[in-house]
Amino acid sequence: MMIDFELFTPWSSLAGGLLIGLATAVLLLFNGRIAGISGIVGGLLRPTAGDIGWRVAFVAGLVGAPLVYELASGLPSVRVDADTVTLIVAGLLVGVGTRYGSGCTSGHGVCGLSQLAPRSMAATALFMLAGFVTVFFARHLIV
Amino acid sequence: MQLLIALVTGLVFGLGLIVSGMTDPSKVIGFLDVTGKWDPSLAFVMGGAILVGLIAFRFAATRKQAILGGPIRLTTTRHIDRRLVLGALAFGAGWGLAGYCPGPALASLATGGSKPLIFTIAMLAGTAIFEIQDRFCSRPIKKAG
Repeated sequence: MMIDFELFTPWSSLAGGLLIGLATAVLLLFNGRIAGISGIVGGLLRPTAGDIGWRVAFVAGLVGAPLVYELASGLPSVRVDADTVTLIVAGLLVGVGTRYGSGCTSGHGVCGLSQLAPRSMAATALFMLAGFVTVFFARHLIV
Repeated sequence: MQLLIALVTGLVFGLGLIVSGMTDPSKVIGFLDVTGKWDPSLAFVMGGAILVGLIAFRFAATRKQAILGGPIRLTTTRHIDRRLVLGALAFGAGWGLAGYCPGPALASLATGGSKPLIFTIAMLAGTAIFEIQDRFCSRPIKKAG
């Protein structure tokens, strides 16, 4: 294993993580809700009375975030290497997988691990492992 | 008030994703590339979030209800079953393929052009496939996040 120190950004990543933790904490303590993105979005496709508004508001904030960020400074540059077919296959896997697995990086990875829940530890270990293996195949064996 | 809290926490969550580097798929894949030149930055995102989360969830456990009233809805599901294992594996594979997970995809929609849009539409289609399949299969599931 070799660490890529040119791309390593521990401080901004830690700061972003603290912001994510803060948002999670406020939503939990004020509204009594878990900030799990796939769960929040999934609930919109399974509408029950009185349970829609906060989900729409949260997603609106999330979608609006880059617009607000842009007001203060330029957005960091991003690079998406995946082509259209890969994006579609990946999106389907993420959509189906997070709902069957009851959570994603935020629901299991942050909220679940913060509760030291064994179920979320298992899910996080498995999706990280699948991510490592997928990138290994895609980047080092196929290309 | 609950709507305002939801809007602001969604916004702060999204800003956190942008600041942390999670909205850059090439950085996510650099983090998942443990056998190549590894960029461990994103471990610090999870570390920072969990640091705050540990305190928040511990505090939440001592409260009978949320500050704005109503129950604090924590997941009650405990068992690790086939659905969880296969679901997490499928999610991880999709995450590794494109470098997007649900939050960063949504936080890239407004400014990221067609690629996050294509991913998000496919992700919503995947969620819809689950909903349709799940309604025909009557086993109840708990939603976590």
